[in-house]
Amino acid sequence: MTLDAVPIGRTAVIEHVGGEGDIRLRLLDMGVIPKTEITLTRTAPLGDPIEVRLRGYTLTLRKEDAKNVEVTVL
Amino acid sequence: MRFALVGNPNCGKTTLFNQFTGSNQHVGNFPGVTVSIKTGKIRSRANCTVVDLPGIYSLRPYAADEILARDFIINEKPDCIINIVDATNIERNLYLTLQLIHMQTPVVLALNMMDEMRSNGGSVDTAKLSELLGIPVVPISAAKNQGVGELAEIAYETAARHIRPKISDFCPPGPVHRCIHSVTHVVEDHAERQGISPRYAALCVIEGIEDITKSLALDENEYELCEHSVLEMERETGLDRYAAIADMRYTYIESACARAVKRPEESQEHIRSRRIDNILTHRTFAIPVFLCIMLAIFYLTFDVIGAWLSDLMAFGIDQAAALVDRGLTAYGINPVVQSLVIDGVFGGVGNVLSFLPIIVVLFFFLSMLEDTGYMARVAFVMDKILRKIGLSGRSIVPLLIGFGCTVPAVMATRTLSSDRDRRMTIFITPFMSCSAKIPVYSMLVAAFFPRYRGLVMTAMYVAGMVAGVVFALVSKKFVFHGNPIPFVMELPNYRMPSMKTTLLLMWEKAEDFFHRAFSVIFVATIVIWFLQTFDIRLDVVTNNEQSILARVGGAIAPVFGALGFADWRISTALITGFMAKEAVVSTLSVLVGKLEIISLLTPVSAAAFLVFVLLYTPCVAAVAAIRRELSSTWKAGFFVVLQCAIAWVCGAVVYQVGSLLF
Repeated sequence: MTLDAVPIGRTAVIEHVGGEGDIRLRLLDMGVIPKTEITLTRTAPLGDPIEVRLRGYTLTLRKEDAKNVEVTVL
Repeated sequence: MRFALVGNPNCGKTTLFNQFTGSNQHVGNFPGVTVSIKTGKIRSRANCTVVDLPGIYSLRPYAADEILARDFIINEKPDCIINIVDATNIERNLYLTLQLIHMQTPVVLALNMMDEMRSNGGSVDTAKLSELLGIPVVPISAAKNQGVGELAEIAYETAARHIRPKISDFCPPGPVHRCIHSVTHVVEDHAERQGISPRYAALCVIEGIEDITKSLALDENEYELCEHSVLEMERETGLDRYAAIADMRYTYIESACARAVKRPEESQEHIRSRRIDNILTHRTFAIPVFLCIMLAIFYLTFDVIGAWLSDLMAFGIDQAAALVDRGLTAYGINPVVQSLVIDGVFGGVGNVLSFLPIIVVLFFFLSMLEDTGYMARVAFVMDKILRKIGLSGRSIVPLLIGFGCTVPAVMATRTLSSDRDRRMTIFITPFMSCSAKIPVYSMLVAAFFPRYRGLVMTAMYVAGMVAGVVFALVSKKFVFHGNPIPFVMELPNYRMPSMKTTLLLMWEKAEDFFHRAFSVIFVATIVIWFLQTFDIRLDVVTNNEQSILARVGGAIAPVFGALGFADWRISTALITGFMAKEAVVSTLSVLVGKLEIISLLTPVSAAAFLVFVLLYTPCVAAVAAIRRELSSTWKAGFFVVLQCAIAWVCGAVVYQVGSLLF
């Protein structure tokens, strides 16, 4: 499953961070790396981007980028 | 002694800087980039200055912010880095810390928001953390000014004794360790020649940081050796190089935090933020609430406070002008000199000052939006719309301010993190019809379309937005090729803004505008005064028709033939509109008389005129702001010409098509 498809309020564990270029490196720098727990907390009013919580802080990213993050829902 | 302040965005860096320096700070620009950096003297310690570097999450050179911070550390060699870390968000903040430690410059860690951490039942064993990171750790609360003096002392000590971080190796034995070790071995001599730490250089090679790698000047053989080690690491860990290094850093941070940090359950601040967000980013209410907030800011800025301050200032200037006027009359001075002083000098100063109240008040509100954390939510809510024209959610605020006044709107683009987004937003902002154009619309609508007042007014605003969107789409395709900076953004907890920070920002913006715009606006006012006052033989004119300005107007009038208003009076009014849009109305009234304008234009050419006024060059103050933010006179000039051309084409289309239809 990919991060954009995690139901709101559910927590998942990151398996693999795909994609390429700056967006991927930025996600890695921000701590979106394999084995990290990540919770999808809400989506923006227009359905995109999404808001996630990890490592005790809140992050927002676009769905097209979240599609590159593979996760397993707990 | 010089310290560099480095930290993530939203970690209280600006607050700490303001506590260190008070109002004793200086904003400068780095050559070649639009990122401004602040320098200030530390109040509690003599002969110490602190440089506030941009807020960054990582030293990886994504954009101007990161490159500036990294190059400052490498090239300017600050005596000590003060790395400010948000204790409530310690894991992600320490990521940058580890990168800084790798650079082997003296570092002191300022653990901010410790009060918030403690009040939520968390704690940090600072001695343990200091031991695990090999650098001094000082708990502080920047907002409450706790521990700031002590921090300065420890930074001073660390710098004076040049104490480098005691640890530089953060990975346990294993494939990553082996790789870093062997690459470090290869690049060591090269790095030392460049004056950078070998381990940092090795990580740059592994992580593919091109400019640093190139500066090492490795030969092909050495490069192959490094690449071989990296490939082996990738094979053994099953991760690519970027993920493996990020994983190495976070693994160390996690183990260090497990030993030194007791995390609070869920903090009060986060619970509160979640509640506020339930309304402010609510599925249905978010956008209406945002628009209401913007409307309230507009109303307060332009109608209530700004208007009051503007009137007050205008009153002051008028009084001063009247006083000087009487004095000069009594002295019996040459009337031309008198006109220069009263109409030129006082007019110019008045024109500059008339923008100040708006800038100050608007930036008060903008600073509130930014510091409370609401601006990040706005970006979150509006991103999907803005993305369609190649921007991100953050650009919405400058664009909306453009409806009030282009000058602060352009200045507000400074907070956009990407250079590309910033330039693109600056170029689109002038298409948003600013409030100074309303009198022009009103006059023409009253004369030509009295029955369709609301409709025409709305059409003007819509037309401006459509032009902006089209311009954005075209420029996205042909000018701003680069990918937009990825939209990965932190949503910080809502916080009470600090009054000190807000007031300092207002002062900074006012000063900035005054410094940069004064000369441009002042000179332009004097030039227009000169052109209006003299005829081509430099005699003082008695009849407006003979002034140089009227001649210039007459000379360019034929250009507007295709738009249906090749009349020197209209082109003259358009020239004075460059000073301030309202001036179009006053010039036309003087030259034509309000009623006779009907004889000058037909409804179709009036429509073309409206479109031209909507789209043609922003006023001189806005151009000065654009020039400042783009730091290029040439680009600003080009933009003025481009806008006039766009306005001309659109006006011509309206007139030609309109003439066929009606």
